[in-house]
Amino acid sequence: MIRLQHVYLLLGLLLAWAAVLGLRDRSNPRRWTTGLFWALLAFAFLAGDKVPTAAMGVLVLVLALLAGLGGVRGGAPRPPAPGSQLREAQRLGHRLLAPALLIPGLTLLGVLGLKHLRLGGVPLLEPASVTLVSLGLACAGATAVALRLTRVRPGVAVQEGRRLLDAIGWAALLPLLLATLGSVFSVCGVGEAVAALVRLGVPAHSPLAAVLAYGLGMVALTMIMGNAFAAFPVMTAGVGLPLLVRLHHADPAILGALGMLTGYCGTLLTPMAANFNIVPVVLLDLPDPNAVIKAQAPTALALLAVNLTFIYWLALP
Amino acid sequence: MTGPALWPLLGIAVVVLGFAVRANPVLVVAAAAVVTGLAARLSLVQLLQVLGAAFVKNRFLMLFVLTLPVIGLLERHGLREHAQAWVRRLRAATAGRLLLLYLLLRQVASSLGLTSLGGHPQTVRPLLAPMAEAAAEQTHGPLPEPVRQRLRALAAATDNVGLFFGEDIFIAFGAVLLIQSFFRDQGLVLEPLAIALWGIPTALAAFLIHGARLLRLDRTLARDARSGP
Repeated sequence: MIRLQHVYLLLGLLLAWAAVLGLRDRSNPRRWTTGLFWALLAFAFLAGDKVPTAAMGVLVLVLALLAGLGGVRGGAPRPPAPGSQLREAQRLGHRLLAPALLIPGLTLLGVLGLKHLRLGGVPLLEPASVTLVSLGLACAGATAVALRLTRVRPGVAVQEGRRLLDAIGWAALLPLLLATLGSVFSVCGVGEAVAALVRLGVPAHSPLAAVLAYGLGMVALTMIMGNAFAAFPVMTAGVGLPLLVRLHHADPAILGALGMLTGYCGTLLTPMAANFNIVPVVLLDLPDPNAVIKAQAPTALALLAVNLTFIYWLALP
Repeated sequence: MTGPALWPLLGIAVVVLGFAVRANPVLVVAAAAVVTGLAARLSLVQLLQVLGAAFVKNRFLMLFVLTLPVIGLLERHGLREHAQAWVRRLRAATAGRLLLLYLLLRQVASSLGLTSLGGHPQTVRPLLAPMAEAAAEQTHGPLPEPVRQRLRALAAATDNVGLFFGEDIFIAFGAVLLIQSFFRDQGLVLEPLAIALWGIPTALAAFLIHGARLLRLDRTLARDARSGP
């Protein structure tokens, strides 16, 4: 069986290779701390579940310090020869799209085609993580096709991957770190405290006030946690269920769907949702860290108003 | 009245303050985790255990790194240049229409569960953003740098909107199952299909709202390009 752990192993090896390349990159003034950062991250993927969790906690804080204090930099990558990219574009044409499209294509094939495939009574892909395992295999397959197409050594693919990884830098760690913060928030009861504060300020007899408290509470808590999934159970147990479902007889299926989608409006507005709002800023070389959030804000606010109206009209009897 | 303890809210204050003074987000987040844990009276070892266990559990969030070698290799061999040349040959392509088409495809694909058919490293950086820029320049001439940056940010925003407001319609998607299991634990049994169907009104509204903004984009681009240097 191909497990998620094998995909982590692959990613760990890629990061370890990137760490070695980073250590040897003399164009980077911070090559030692940069190399250490990627090496520690590689370790987290190769053996993260085999060491005590407290040790991993220390590793998380070290990674955060290395990244947060400017220890993770990129080198100066060798620029491509002038005109070479245009020449290659003309030579390879639409074939260049094939490996890029193979990533989603092969993932889809794995999810739909290999999900139920069993060899000797054992499922081929780990059933609990079919999508992630398929994504890992798809990336490996697409890399192989891209290497054939461009006729370069596998090491070049790692070099190019490291170039992008350097460009993303510490932001690569942010989504994972924010999810970790979300778990700390859950363990420490932050959501319950916010829900309690929201209920403190809401007059219970008014359905409109309850709708506003639940909807805006979902947005606020999602913006704090960076994730509507984390906000939903807290806000719905604290405000939605007692006030809207039990007191004002709202339909739970409609309220659940619309409540979650109201939270998504908050996801569009917060830097805490780093993989959606901060990583693209870095990937697209935008100088304003809030550029993507600003581009989303008009859509998010208009949609928030629509969702609140829908909850009031459709979910309440 | 004994409610939940309010001290852990200090962690939120750290986050808000940290982002407000534009400190490095990684430091802000780590500091917030430590402050929250200590305010909730976790011991240092407990705090480290929570951090470590959560980090290991969420490692899948870094799997996007596996796409980087392919994308980097293709970029070095002219993927962006090819995508831009292709768009310039399509006369009907404007930046707004291109993003609108992407929004539609992304929403439909996500609603069928195909959420990995897009994404910032896979499609926005190598394809969508450069194609939108090329289409805008083909129609309006060279773009001033701030306009170019706004256009790129809008390409990323379009990917997010399409993903978020498509995936909730797919009944096997995590959000629908989370909603169902939450209400089941509270003694209310719901059909996943009933939840997924009520995602459709918002999905349509998201398409209309964001789509209208994208169609207006071509007009504002024309204005901005004229007023530019």
